[in-house]
Amino acid sequence: MAVLQYIGKRLALYFAVLFIGLSITFLLPRLMPANPIDGYIGQLQSRAQGSLTPEAIADLRINLEQLYGLEGDLFTQYLAYLERVFLKLDFGPSFTYYPQPVSTMIVNALPWTLTLLLVSTTIAWVLGNVVGLVAGYFHTKKAATILEVVGILLYPIPYYILAVSVILLLAYIIPIFPLAPTFPVGEMTLQKVGMIIYSSLLPALTLVLAGFGWNILSMKALAVATTEEPYVVFARLKGTSNWTRMFRYVFRNAMLPQVTALALSLGTIFNGALLTEILFAFPGMGLIMRTAASSGDYNVLYGAIAISIIAVATAGLVIDLIYPLLDPRIRHK
Amino acid sequence: VSTTENAVDPVTAPPLTVRPVARRGEGVLWLINPRLAIGLTIVTIFVLASLFLPLFAPIDPSQQATYLKNLPMSGEHLLGTNALGQDIFWYLIFSIRNSLLLGVIVGVGVTIISTAVGLSAGYIGGTYERVVMLFVDTFITIPLLPILIILGAVIRGNTTFLTVGFIIIIFGWAWGARTIRSMALTLREREFINMARFSGANTVDIIAREIFPYVTAYMLVGFINTVLFAINTEATLAVIGLSKVEVPTLGSIIFWALNYNALFTGNYPWIVAPIVATITLFLGLFLLSTGFNQAFASRRGVA
Repeated sequence: MAVLQYIGKRLALYFAVLFIGLSITFLLPRLMPANPIDGYIGQLQSRAQGSLTPEAIADLRINLEQLYGLEGDLFTQYLAYLERVFLKLDFGPSFTYYPQPVSTMIVNALPWTLTLLLVSTTIAWVLGNVVGLVAGYFHTKKAATILEVVGILLYPIPYYILAVSVILLLAYIIPIFPLAPTFPVGEMTLQKVGMIIYSSLLPALTLVLAGFGWNILSMKALAVATTEEPYVVFARLKGTSNWTRMFRYVFRNAMLPQVTALALSLGTIFNGALLTEILFAFPGMGLIMRTAASSGDYNVLYGAIAISIIAVATAGLVIDLIYPLLDPRIRHK
Repeated sequence: VSTTENAVDPVTAPPLTVRPVARRGEGVLWLINPRLAIGLTIVTIFVLASLFLPLFAPIDPSQQATYLKNLPMSGEHLLGTNALGQDIFWYLIFSIRNSLLLGVIVGVGVTIISTAVGLSAGYIGGTYERVVMLFVDTFITIPLLPILIILGAVIRGNTTFLTVGFIIIIFGWAWGARTIRSMALTLREREFINMARFSGANTVDIIAREIFPYVTAYMLVGFINTVLFAINTEATLAVIGLSKVEVPTLGSIIFWALNYNALFTGNYPWIVAPIVATITLFLGLFLLSTGFNQAFASRRGVA
């Protein structure tokens, strides 16, 4: 029963987060002083050297409002937006690549982002936690301090600095990776897959480095506290080996807050992935958004953002639903 | 609401029981530990440099074509000039100043909002707390960058540097509010709070006089973390060209360097100098915030 209640509460939170998140995305740009249609008309007017008549401008405005889904009052627009996101998952056509539907573009880009994220986050989480565990478990030893210093030096470095430094070091000064990554499309051959993996190594390395530092520091703090627990002392007196105590006694307990923290930091990790994609020209959601932002392709932007929010919230939901499997205290309450 | 209800970031989480004021006559020496000392030194140097050096600047470094392009490092141009004819050293100094300024403005705004929200939610509880936490969880969960990208696309060009700051405040308060709320939650059950309530203090009094002094230490730590967050967020937007890139910041300097292919033209100082400056500043701020945490924790005899 406790588990069902837990799942029910978590699902309710999931839908509330989706609803609030999507509403914010809808409202905020509309509260901004600038109007994209005015901007666009101004651009056309200056290109036509002021020769557009007021009637032509009025016609243009109506057409553009239809295209951007800006007809009617705010509330009508809002209902239409929610209907499109929740019921149809249809965001209309892209303006730049007319008449390609936005959903097709997103379906093409999403697997790239998800694969990059899944692989790099898993590596960063496992590696960072193991290093942090060792640093925390042996926190009285000098060598453990070195591991912690690695974490302290890595953690505060922002994603964009990591990305630029990695390009500078590994593609320019020591040219082992491609300066201009290539991501071929169409029929996949073995050679193409190899090329894609080779080009993805640098963005993945950036994301691993970024996640690594935080996991070391956080796991170290947790492991130090857990190592002092009476049951760990008891295990030592019972004669269990260091290895057993470290992984079966300390890690199993210190891991739980780390799983929760992972669920909470998914948004930040996703931000980092988008930025990394933009800087490495990796054909995922980040690149789509950046291109759409510079060409004013609002349908694509809204579609990509709605899907991003749904993806991050769903990933958080999945992690929280797996949680009872890891923590018997919730299962048997 | 979920298992994450009381989760706080163990890296930046505050000690829960902090002595509000240092004992008289001891001064502030008890605060000093290695992390704090290094962090304080780095941050002080950056703050002083960005406050006073601009007074000696020969010319506004954001003006283009002031000097010859791509000059090497020399006594006259410490870091050379860039492909836009700007002096890289002075541009960097102004970048650090603007980024720090933005960080402090956002830090103040976020600290006020997150303290007010966190304290009231933690102490008042009930439906109010549940609604507030729903918004906190939402703001923590939703990825910020996509929303900033769409805002950048809408207001492109028609914005001031300060608007960028306000947008970051709107999205920056949730983590702090969550942490302060969990502190208020543990304080709510303490004896002295009951004492105050039975003595006839009202909710506002209790929050302001009894609980607030306990969270001031964390507010300092949270403030520093927010400065980091704000500088990072603005720089991220600037690097992809969606902030006010005409204003020199730690992000816009890299935006221009990447746009003019500083690496291919061999103008290393243009890209390496901001990277080194950013890493040093961020390390300093991070050490400062964890150093304060350690100091406050050792004060109550834990570490």
